[in-house]
Order: sequence, then C-alpha cells, then structure tokens
Amino acid sequence: MTATNKKLLALLKQNARLSNAELSTMLGISEQEVAAGIKELENEGIIIGYAAIVNEEKADDNAVTAIIELKVTPFKDRGFDDLAHTIMQYDEVDSVFLLSGANDLSITITGTSLRKVALFVSERLAVLDGVLSTTTHFVLRRYKEKNHVFNEEHSDERSLVSP
Amino acid sequence: MIDYDKVLPQKIRDIQPSGIRKFFDIAQQVEGVISLSVGEPDFKTPWAARKAAIGVLEKGRTAYTANAGLMQLREEISKYLFNFIHTEYDPASELIVTVGGSEALDLAMRAMIQPGDEVLVPEPSFVCYSPIITVCGGTPVPIVMTEEDKFKLRADALREKITPNTKALILPFPNNPTGSIMRRGELEAIAGVLRDTNIMVISDEIYSEMTYGGEKHVSIVEIDGMRERTVVVNGFSKTYAMTGWRLGYCAGPKPVIKQMLKLHQYCIMSSPTVSQYAAITALTQCRDDVDRMLEEYDMRRRLVVKGFNDMGLTCFEPEGAFYVFPCIKSTGMKSSEFCEKLIYSKKVAVVPGSAFGESGEGYVRVSYAYSVQHITTALQRIREFVEELKK
Repeated sequence: MTATNKKLLALLKQNARLSNAELSTMLGISEQEVAAGIKELENEGIIIGYAAIVNEEKADDNAVTAIIELKVTPFKDRGFDDLAHTIMQYDEVDSVFLLSGANDLSITITGTSLRKVALFVSERLAVLDGVLSTTTHFVLRRYKEKNHVFNEEHSDERSLVSP
Repeated sequence: MIDYDKVLPQKIRDIQPSGIRKFFDIAQQVEGVISLSVGEPDFKTPWAARKAAIGVLEKGRTAYTANAGLMQLREEISKYLFNFIHTEYDPASELIVTVGGSEALDLAMRAMIQPGDEVLVPEPSFVCYSPIITVCGGTPVPIVMTEEDKFKLRADALREKITPNTKALILPFPNNPTGSIMRRGELEAIAGVLRDTNIMVISDEIYSEMTYGGEKHVSIVEIDGMRERTVVVNGFSKTYAMTGWRLGYCAGPKPVIKQMLKLHQYCIMSSPTVSQYAAITALTQCRDDVDRMLEEYDMRRRLVVKGFNDMGLTCFEPEGAFYVFPCIKSTGMKSSEFCEKLIYSKKVAVVPGSAFGESGEGYVRVSYAYSVQHITTALQRIREFVEELKK
C-alpha cells in the first residue's frame, strides 16, 4: 500500500465522514488524489464499507449484545469455513471470527431482547451440525469500540485561554 | 492599617497582567464558548509515562532528587540533545531539570541580567520575557518582526538594536504566537552578528519538535561559536503533552549553569520527583506517541491555514509550534475588538495578537491543539462572523 493510502486509511478509520476536501487539505494532496486513493482502497477490498459506530443500548433500551463462543468439529477438507458461512447468513449476526485457543468461533449478535438472543443461541446455533458447545456472554457495558470511547464526558479540562 | 503601597514596590505593581489573561476573563463570562485559544496540547500524556508515574508513587519514591534533577534523567536529556541538536552537554555540570521551561527562562534571566542591562526581545512573542527582564532591573528592547519577513528575526534588525548595554537576546523559535521558525541560514546570519560580542542568547526552544514541512528544527547552538554564548531552554510540556507535570530543562555553558543552579537550589530545591521519573519514560519509550501527535498537528495546521485563507483572512504559512497567526487587518478592526466581537457574537475564543507585543496588532493567534471536529466547527463560526462583517 502506498504511504498516502496508509494515511488515508488511518484518517477514515477514525472518521469516515471527513469530506474529500478536508482529507485533501489535511494530507496536503489534491482532491483527485484523495478520490483515487479511496477508490483504490475500495477496489482492493481493503475498505469494505462505512458504518456508524452505535451505542446500541442508547438507541434501543432493550437492545442486547452477546458474544457467543462456539466449540465445533471442523469438517474434513473444508475446516471451519462451512459452519462460519452458515452462521453468517443470519441477519442478527454482526460478526464471525475464527479464533485460536480454547474456543473455535466467536460470534457477536445484537437482538432486541435478552430472550430473543437466548432463543437464537439455543434454537439456531446449538443445533447446527458440528457445534459441540456454546458459551454465551452478554455485554453489560460498552467502553470502547473501533478506537471510539463510549459515554465519555467531553470535558476539556484545559483553561479556555492560556499562554 | 498596613499601607500596601509602601510594601509593594512600584516596579512590581507596574507589571501589566498578561493580555492573554485579560482575554481569558472575558471568555469566561460568555456561556458556551468554544475556544481556539489554548497554549497546550489536547493530547493526554502518553500512557507509558503516566504508568511510570503511577509505579513511582506505588514504590513511594517521593523524596527530593538532586538539585539539578535525577542523574538518569539528565543523562537521557543529554543523549536526546546530542541526537536532536547535535550538541554535547555534560549531564553533571551543564544541565538543570526545571519546573517547566518557564523556570529555566526565569533562572537564565535572573542569573544574567542586572540593572542597566538591555535585553533584546523579538516580537510578537511569548508574554513572560519582558516582565522578568523588568523585575531583574533590565530594560526589554523589542525587535519588531513582520509578516513580510515571515515573522523571522533579521540580522540587520538585530544589529540595529545592539548597544554597549546589550546583555542578552531572547530567541523564541519555533515562535508562539506566529508559528514562525528560523532555518539554519537565518541563524548563521544572527550568529554572525553575535559571535564577537559578549551578548548571551537565551534560546527558548520549547516547541522545537513541532516543525512541519520536512525540515527539522535547528538550534542556534549548532552554529559555530554559539554554544558558549547560549542557554538552551526546552521541556516536556509541548512535545510529550506534559504541561501539568511542570517539567523542563536548560542546557548551557558550565559557568552560567553553575550560577543558575544556585538560584534553582534556593527557590525550588528540585523539580517534582514523580514528574522526573515520568520524563525518563517519555524520553526513552514515547517516540511513537510523539510522532503520532506531530502528524496530527500537521494535518490540523493545514486545515486551519486553508480555512482562514478561504474566508479571506490571509494567513502566513506557519512552520512550527501549534498556532496560526491570521491577519485581520482587512476587517478594519483592532485585534482586541475583533476577538471581543467574535466571542460575543459567535462564541469563539481566539487571542488578540496585540497580547504578544505591539507588532502583533492586526493579527489573532489561533491554536490548533484541538480535535479536527472542534476546529471545523470553530472555523465555520468564524467564517459566518467574517461574512456578516462584509454585509
């Protein structure tokens, strides 16, 4: 990746809503170069989307997020991919990772109630072929996600004016 | 009743409170002000340095250190200076760890200035030099720097102000409030004027890490013959976002440092111990954090310069520190009037250039030690203000 694209990526990871004009000024390159750089990052599949980081509990009082860890039996030849692909199909599922260590797959899901999440685990995940066990962790509080801090009071402790 | 007029010397009572301070009082009265007026980083001290300080507290290392500061810290500072300004300073006899760069400036001036001395102060510049010179019984002699010269100190302007009474030159670069810097060639010219004199230089290099556009800071001590006539002042406040820790240092020739150390010893004893340990970690482990902050400042700098130029307040391209110094003469207002109107009508605080010396009149100091989002919002409000003025 070019040095410019690296910088673009770093800025967009922090704030994807910066305009091309702003990005061009901040990096000291032309707007055309910014547009081309972003296009490249998108085409190469490095940037796969732009999504807001949401404080789910604030958006919906009942919202529940859970991290579910699965122990599974890998299939011959195809390893964990098949199962991961099956799980990905559910819209409730936010993320699916294959992990090293004691558990194999880690899944994040957000539901509109505790019951819905629990049912999803017992009725959809636990019964899948190859799933040996599930461990569900409910998220109690969000502190930081994608380098953004939740519920931080925006107080600037610095004096309004200083030398 | 005690007569305070008799207690407090006229010399002290005549010192004017800083123009920044006056403006602070105004800003505080207005509800919901967003500020572009601070002279300190918005970043927090790198975590490694904070963690080191916590560890020091846990171990109970809370005693005084050596007067000049922890030897380990002085050794690290010495290494740093050798790498950064290519000049050797003996940790045992040529370095003092001070309470911020401010104390180092104070020590240098008090150690050298006596009644009758003239001290050259390039302006616009930071507000503390002239009051300290005055308290020492010296006379501050301003040297005007102008936008035409990119707010740099010209050798001929310097030569013009030198008299048999000239004791020292303050060299405040990278400059607060203009963001100007001095390149090697420009420093050579200054050195050419001073080399065969008994004039000392107090080089305030607190913003030395903050230079932009590829070229690194050059210190006057790197120029032939200047090390022996210069006290370099620097510190941790700006580079490592450690303002509240109050830690700086000075480096200079042994005979001068020896006298400064006595003053430091009698008035301070030793700089804060916990801060000194944190500073060792800052110097040895926080280079990446510094580089990240510098890159961020540079992006904001470009954003702010363009913002002002776009709204018709021409802005000289600053190459250092974290300030821009746009010209507001086109509005027909004085700096203080501009700043007061801006704060009352748009609730944005910037500092009148006149607070940094008469030659700052017609300009305002804008700090970009703020997040991009904060800067963008503030610039938008200033733009509205300028548009409304045109109507």
